[in-house]
Amino acid sequence: MSQDAEKSTAKLSKVEKKLNLLKKRAHLIFRNIDCVKLFNRILKKTPDEILATITESGLRGRGGAGFPTGMKWKAALEAPGAVKYVICNADEGEPGTFKDRVILERQPDKIIVGMATCAYVTKATEGYIYMRGEYNFMSKEIKACCEKWNDLFEKKDFPFRVSLRLGSGAYICGEETALIESMSGNRGEPRLRPPFPVSEGFNDMPTVVNNVETLAYVTMIMDDGLDFFKSVAKDDSMGGKVFSVSGDAAIKGVFELPLGMTVQEFVDIFGDGDTKAVQVGGFSGLCVPRKHFATTIIGYRGVQTGGSMILYNSTRSMYLVLKNYLEFFQEESCGQCAPCRIGCQQLLLGIEAMRQGTRPLSHIDKLRELVNVMGVASKCKLGMSLANPFNSITEHFFEEICSKW
Amino acid sequence: MEKVSLTINGINVEVRKGSTLLEAAKKAGIRIPTLCHHPDLVPAGNCRLCVVEQKGAPFLLASCTTKAADGMEIETNTHRVREARRVILELLLAEHNADCISCPASGKCQLQSLAHEYFVQKTDFMNIADKSPIDDSSPSIVKDDSKCIRCLRCVRTCSELMGVSALVSAHKGRYTKVETLLDKPLQYAVCTMCGQCVSRCPTGALVEKNYVNDVWRAISDPEKFVVVQTAPSVRVGLGEMLNMAPGSIVTGKMATALRQLGFDAVLDTNFSADLTIMEEGHELLQRLTKALRDKEKISFPMMTSCCPAWVKFMEHEYPDQLEHISSCKSPQQMLGALIKTYYAQKRGIDPSKIVSVSIMPCTAKKFEASRLEMKSSGYTDVDYVLTTRELGHMIRQSGIWFDELEESTFDSPMGEGTGAAVIFGASGGVMEAALRTVYEVVTGREVPFENLNITPLRGTDGVRAASIRIDKPLPDWSFLEGVEVNVAIAHGLANARKLMDDVEKGLSPYHFIEVMACPNGCIGGGGQPMPTSPEIRRKRTAAIYEADSKLPRRKSHENSEVLALYKDFLTEPLGHRSHELLHTHYTKRDDLP
Repeated sequence: MSQDAEKSTAKLSKVEKKLNLLKKRAHLIFRNIDCVKLFNRILKKTPDEILATITESGLRGRGGAGFPTGMKWKAALEAPGAVKYVICNADEGEPGTFKDRVILERQPDKIIVGMATCAYVTKATEGYIYMRGEYNFMSKEIKACCEKWNDLFEKKDFPFRVSLRLGSGAYICGEETALIESMSGNRGEPRLRPPFPVSEGFNDMPTVVNNVETLAYVTMIMDDGLDFFKSVAKDDSMGGKVFSVSGDAAIKGVFELPLGMTVQEFVDIFGDGDTKAVQVGGFSGLCVPRKHFATTIIGYRGVQTGGSMILYNSTRSMYLVLKNYLEFFQEESCGQCAPCRIGCQQLLLGIEAMRQGTRPLSHIDKLRELVNVMGVASKCKLGMSLANPFNSITEHFFEEICSKW
Repeated sequence: MEKVSLTINGINVEVRKGSTLLEAAKKAGIRIPTLCHHPDLVPAGNCRLCVVEQKGAPFLLASCTTKAADGMEIETNTHRVREARRVILELLLAEHNADCISCPASGKCQLQSLAHEYFVQKTDFMNIADKSPIDDSSPSIVKDDSKCIRCLRCVRTCSELMGVSALVSAHKGRYTKVETLLDKPLQYAVCTMCGQCVSRCPTGALVEKNYVNDVWRAISDPEKFVVVQTAPSVRVGLGEMLNMAPGSIVTGKMATALRQLGFDAVLDTNFSADLTIMEEGHELLQRLTKALRDKEKISFPMMTSCCPAWVKFMEHEYPDQLEHISSCKSPQQMLGALIKTYYAQKRGIDPSKIVSVSIMPCTAKKFEASRLEMKSSGYTDVDYVLTTRELGHMIRQSGIWFDELEESTFDSPMGEGTGAAVIFGASGGVMEAALRTVYEVVTGREVPFENLNITPLRGTDGVRAASIRIDKPLPDWSFLEGVEVNVAIAHGLANARKLMDDVEKGLSPYHFIEVMACPNGCIGGGGQPMPTSPEIRRKRTAAIYEADSKLPRRKSHENSEVLALYKDFLTEPLGHRSHELLHTHYTKRDDLP
C-alpha cells in the first residue's frame, strides 16, 4: 500500500466519524417508527393544535422553494371549497436529486401519515401522490401502501383516501401548478398565479401540494415533538434535510443532515479533496466556487436547496457543465413564455458561439442581460431561476467558458 | 361594486376589483404594449411584453394577468421595464422569420410595429425560426410556422371561441409549436376554415390564401366576363381597410370601386340572401306542415346553412345530425349557380366565359366555393372568393381614392337586396329576416314588432332564444293556429356546441336555429379587416341595422328581382329548378384520413 493511499484511508475514517456524528444529529426521516400508533396519537389531538405545532416548528417546503408549511395549510384550511385535496409532490425531476425516491422506497408510511395529518388539519378528503413516471417501478408497493392506509382510514372512519398518479416525464410538472394541470389531463404548463393552489388548485378547489420530504418531516415532528426538530439545524433554519450527493464526490448517495452547514463543512466530508465547485440545489440552483465555500451556508439562511449537491473537481470543464444544464433547460422549459422558451435556446447557442468564435466574448454581456431579464420577467420559477447557475458559473469560471479546454 | 385604488406612473386610478393592471393602465390613459393579449380571449401571460414594475417587488409583473390591488404603486416606463421589453422583442425576432418585405402581414404585423417602436432593428441573438415548410394545403388559410411567435392567440381562439381546437400547442421547450392534431396539413385537419385564427394572429404566421392576382388576371383577360358579388357585411367592414372608422357604411362607394377595378358586372349577394329566405323560409314551413298537419316524423330543429364554417363543423363533429341543416345553399353559392345559368341566359353571355368572383367577410367561403358539389351550373359556380381584406388591397393597389368616390348602385338583375338581406351580416339577422317573411306568409300580416325590428333576436349574448306565437293564420295554414315557434341563435361555434349537445340528445325545444361560426356573425368574420374586438364588432353591427332601417324594402318576399326570378325561371320556392340550383347536400367528415 502506498503512502498516499494510507493517508486517504486515515482521512476517510476521520471523515466518516464526522459524517456519522452529523447523521446521528439529524436522524429522523429514515428512523423506523410505528406509523399506525403515531397516527392514532395524531387523531387524539385537535387540528388546531397540530396546525400550531407545524407552524411553530418552522418547517418549510423541502422541495426547494422553502414556503412555510404551516402557512400553506392555514391558507388551505381557510379557503372555501366543497372538496379539498392534498397532493404529495413526488415528481422529483431536478437533475442531481434522488432523495425522494429513497424516502418513497423506504418510508412510504411516513408520507401517507404526513398527508393524512395535512388532511386532518385542512379538512381535505382526497389525497394524491403524484409520482414521476420514471419511478413506475415503485408503483406496486406505493399502491399497496395506499390500499393499506385507506383500509385503516375506513376502519377509523377517517374521511380521507389516498391514491397514486403517475407523471409522464416533464420536468416542469414538478412545479405545483403544472403538476395540477398534468393531473387534470391538460398540458403540463404552469398556471397563472395568483390564484394559488391553496385557494384554487386541483379541480379548482383548495389544494395543498407538499413535497415528499416535507410530509415525512410532518410525521416526524408529530412523533418526536417540536423541540427535537427545532434543535437539529445548526442555524435558525429549523430541522434537517435529506441531501442527494453526486458528482465528483468521495461519498455519494442520500444523507440526512442538519441544515445550516457551510459548503466547506460539506465538502470536507463529501469532497474528493479536489472540489472546485458545488452546484447547490440542482441545475436551477447556485454554483458555489471554492473561494466561497467557507462563507456559503446551506439552508434557508443562505442558499436554499431542494437537496441536490453536485460536486465538481478540477477535471471538469465548467463549459461542458453549463452546456449540459442549458441543453436540459431548452428541452424542459414548458415553452409557454417567450423569455424562457427562447432565452434558454439563446443562452446555449450563445456560449457555443463564443467558444467557436462566431460571437465575440463580449456576447457574454448580452447573455447576462438576457438571463437577468428571464430572472424578472419569466412566467414561472423555471425561467426565473436560470440566472442562478448561469451567472454563478460564468462569473467564476469565465475563462473555462470561452477558452478551448 | 367593490373598487380598488392604485397609482400608475403616479396617477391615481380606481378600478373594479378583479381588473387587471392592463385595464387599470388603460383607464389611466396609459398604453402598455401587448402581443399575446387579445380582448376576445382569456389572458395567457405568454409573451411577457406587458411587464410593469411594482414598487418594492423583486420581479416584474405581467400586466395582462396581474390583478390590480389596493395601494399598488405601478410604474410602466422605467429603465428596467423598457430593457426587459427590448430583450423580449429581440428574443421574439430571433424566433421569427422577419422576412417583412414578402410577408402578407407586413404593415399590420404587431411584432413589426413594436420592434420599430423599441428600435429593435437587429439582434445579436441567433435566428432560430422554425424551418418546416409552409402549409398551403387548405383553400382558405396558409400557415407559416417560421413566422409564429407562440403567443397562442390562434390556439385560444380555436378552443375558447370556436370549441374546435384545430390548432393546438404541441411539444415542449424549444420544440413548442402550434400544430394541428398529429401535425396533419390544415386541409386534412378538423378545421372549419373560419379564419378567426387569421384575424387574431399578430404576425404573418396565419394568413388567408390570397387570390388577388388570379382575379386581376381574369379582369385583364378580354375573353372573360368577370362578375362580382359582395356579401352583406363587406359593406360595413371594407371602410376600415381604407382608413375609415369602424361602422362606416360604404355600399355605394364599394359598387363604384368594383366597377373601376374592372369587374364587368357588380351584383349583390344580398339578392341571393333574399332568395335564401324565400327558399329556407318555405323549407321551414314545409317541415312544420309535415310535422303538424301530416303528422310525419320530422326532425326539428331546422338549422341555417348560410355559414360554411358551421356546416363543416357539423360535418366533422355531428355527422349524424346533418338532416337538421337546411338543404339551402348559402347565398354565395345560390348566386354563383344563378350567375352561370339565369344571368348568362338573360344577358346572352357564354357561361364558360364567365369568371365569378365573390367578396366575402370569410375565409371558409373559399373552401365552400371549392366543394365538389358546388358545380350545379355545369361549371365551378364561384371561381374565386376574396376576403374583405383582399378587396381592400385591390382598391389600394388600383390607386383609387376611395373616400372621394361617387356612390352607385349594383347592376341588374340580381343587384337588388332588401333590409332583410343586409342583416344577414349580423348574428340573428338570418332569423329575423326569415321571421319577417314566414310570419307574413302564414298570417298575411307583418311581424308584430315595431318597425319590423325583432329586437329579442338582436344582441351579443352567445346563445339567444325567442318564441313567436302564430295567431289567426290564413286558412291554408290553420294548423299553425296558436303554435309557438321557438327559435334560437348562436354565434361562435363554442356556443353552437351548447345547442347541439341538446339537439343530439333529442332535447332541443327549438324549431329553427341560426348559427354563425364567427363571433357576432359575419361582421366579425375571419376575412374582415383587422384588428377585431367586441367594440369594433359592435360598431359594425350597428351599421348593419342602420343600413337595414334605411332601405325602402325590408322584407325578402318584396324583393322585385327575386319575384321576377321566380316568375321567369324558378317558378316557385322549393320547385324543381330550385332544387337543382339552390339546394345541396352534406358530407359526413368523421372518417377523414
